[in-house]
Amino acid sequence: MSTQTQGFRFDLADPRIRAITLFAAMFVLIVIVGFVQGAANTSLLLTQATAYALIALGLNIQWGYGGLFNFAIMGFMMVGGAAAVTISAPVNPVFWDSDGPIMLAKALFAFLVGIAIVASVRQVSRIGITGFWRGMLIVFAWLAAYIIYRSQLDPAAAYIESTAGYIGGLGLNPVLGWLVGGLLAAIIAFIVGKVSLGLRSDYLAIATIGISEILRAFVKNMDWWTRGTQTVSPMPWPVPLPQQYQADGVAIAESFVYARLGFLVVLVVILALVLFLVQRAYAGPWGRMMRSIRDNFIAAGSMGKDVKGRQLELFVFGSVLIGIGGGMLANFNQIFDPSSYQPINHTFMVWVMVIVGGAGNNWGVLLGSFLIYLAWVVSDPMAQAIFINLSAWTQSIGWGAIPEIDSRALQMRVFVLGVIITIALRYAPKGLLPEVVRKSE
Amino acid sequence: MDELIFFINRVLISGTVLGSIYALGAIGVTLIFGILRFAHFAHGDMMTMGAFVAFVFVTILTGMGITAPIPMGFVVLPLAMVTTAIIALGLDKGFYAPLRRRGVPSVTLLIASIGVTLMLQGLIRLIFGSGTRSLYINESKEIFRIDMSAFGGSRPITITEPQVLMMVVTVLIVIALHYFLTRSRLGKAMRAMADNAALAQVSGINTAVVVRVTWLIAGALACVAGTMLALDVALMPDLAFNIVLPIFAAAIVGGLGHVYGAIVGGFLLAFAETLAVFNWTSVLRPLLGWLPEGWQLPANLALVPTEYKLTVAFVILVITLLARPTGIFKGAST
Repeated sequence: MSTQTQGFRFDLADPRIRAITLFAAMFVLIVIVGFVQGAANTSLLLTQATAYALIALGLNIQWGYGGLFNFAIMGFMMVGGAAAVTISAPVNPVFWDSDGPIMLAKALFAFLVGIAIVASVRQVSRIGITGFWRGMLIVFAWLAAYIIYRSQLDPAAAYIESTAGYIGGLGLNPVLGWLVGGLLAAIIAFIVGKVSLGLRSDYLAIATIGISEILRAFVKNMDWWTRGTQTVSPMPWPVPLPQQYQADGVAIAESFVYARLGFLVVLVVILALVLFLVQRAYAGPWGRMMRSIRDNFIAAGSMGKDVKGRQLELFVFGSVLIGIGGGMLANFNQIFDPSSYQPINHTFMVWVMVIVGGAGNNWGVLLGSFLIYLAWVVSDPMAQAIFINLSAWTQSIGWGAIPEIDSRALQMRVFVLGVIITIALRYAPKGLLPEVVRKSE
Repeated sequence: MDELIFFINRVLISGTVLGSIYALGAIGVTLIFGILRFAHFAHGDMMTMGAFVAFVFVTILTGMGITAPIPMGFVVLPLAMVTTAIIALGLDKGFYAPLRRRGVPSVTLLIASIGVTLMLQGLIRLIFGSGTRSLYINESKEIFRIDMSAFGGSRPITITEPQVLMMVVTVLIVIALHYFLTRSRLGKAMRAMADNAALAQVSGINTAVVVRVTWLIAGALACVAGTMLALDVALMPDLAFNIVLPIFAAAIVGGLGHVYGAIVGGFLLAFAETLAVFNWTSVLRPLLGWLPEGWQLPANLALVPTEYKLTVAFVILVITLLARPTGIFKGAST
């Protein structure tokens, strides 16, 4: 670094000045979008971007701090959303009055019995059965456990779906739902991490994509739990809804702005708290240890660090934030629709946020999330404008209008995302705000 | 006998067709991994792109009034293969080669391939819209019914003409690939480079040519697999995006970098998926007489519900990664 001279110099290579400049630029951009799209749309955009920033911070813990691949973001977000449904959606009295709870309890019991069978069969080496026969016994134990579980769950699911529709929620505060979402994501991340963190990076990437798809298949098809493709709507908010403002006599357009700003404040408070904590953790001995594992796990291991255990820790922490963010988005959008979850909109967009922002730098990730979400939202109307002009031109030269402009313009977002990540990898592989590596003298 | 025919129709034929598609896709993935050492995630969209290239050619030829006794999708296949192969080479030149020259780790290339995935997917939908199209313009799928009454069956074995052609094309491609890899100079060079890139380079193998040929082959095979998928199901912009994961699973199960492993893995996964969702009740019906009085076979005796078909591939993948991370055949282990 060349800025050893005293006094202030405007030098973009200085990380602090670079950060301030870029954040200022982003602020200007948001103001411009605000003037073009109106306050209601901008408050919507900002709230969603804040939730995504939280998710991106979660990925930054995994990828930026630990170098761990996680392509299962979509799956963890769905888990968070499903938890939000169960905690915060209104109580479904039909379900609680029916035999449903008892049947579900039986299914849960069958599940536990299955786990017990597998766990005990794994111990048969103690009575002298080892090698091939132990393996066969374990396979059979898994099969038996699966059959026992299915034999209880299938009738319960069919019964609930035909009588009550779905189990409904508990009608509690959505914030509690987010915490439960984080907890559920942590449990799943623990199991997933235990199984797959030993894999090489590209195997891990593919394995987590597979896990993400498995989670999606479950959440989407467990109609008794999440109502599947029928969607759960409306989801409650922790703050007053636009309708409540309207009841108090606020105009419709303004009521949306007030309500969304209220939600935004809640999210910003949570984000600030999380950012403070992860920033502290990163700067402290814990973060230093994680970076040393990331940069050279062999050396870190030989210094006595528990590499696998620490990586599992990172994977779980990151997933908690992703689960919480997923729950927030489900509540904010007021709808939980399992079929709306796509790897592109969820997993890959968050990856682009982290890489463009700067993996390992929390402020950079924050910047990246807002910028990418802005680009994602804005590229649709821009593509539409381009298409409409192009269509007018083709009509004027006698080729006819371009069909399906709306659905095509929507796809421009995907293309823009691809272009951004390719350019970023080529020209700024460390992101807009690269990780600051402090070297001791 | 009817039960056997049912089994053949539902499992054997559809499993073989799906297996051919998986195998051709997985060969491309495994070749790229073997030579360039990164998981090429955009392979699924290269398949979709190949199918759309074939679609464009079919539309042009049908518009010119050309007809053929076999589905047009197969007539234009060579042309589409060449085009897709050239596009694949262009993708490498434009997006992967600059990164490779900088010597980035393989995970960066993987992320770059996701960028290419997004671009291809966006581009395909921008140009062709997001609706479903068909590769059969002014023609219909011809269905062969093989009469089984001679063997005591009341229903015929049904197989469509494209399905027969797909199997033939797959067999031809696999044989050609086998001879290319074992007999030709270039094929041997490819295997040498997959085995040990540094050693291959010092023994005078032109690695740049090998890389180019790899992309050409992978692109051409992706085009075949995509077109077959489009002929078997329908042509959609996200046609192959859902299938890229089973293909990776097939390549890993077979051992990454191992061509024959990819073929075996493809068929293994396709049959596992088909068998897992197959309803065994219809086949076990003859056993009804042996069951004790009052026993009934459940109406649906599939191992997993149809909605979870896709998860079968991943469960197999995860088990393989845990039990034998290098695949059933020993794969490249770097």
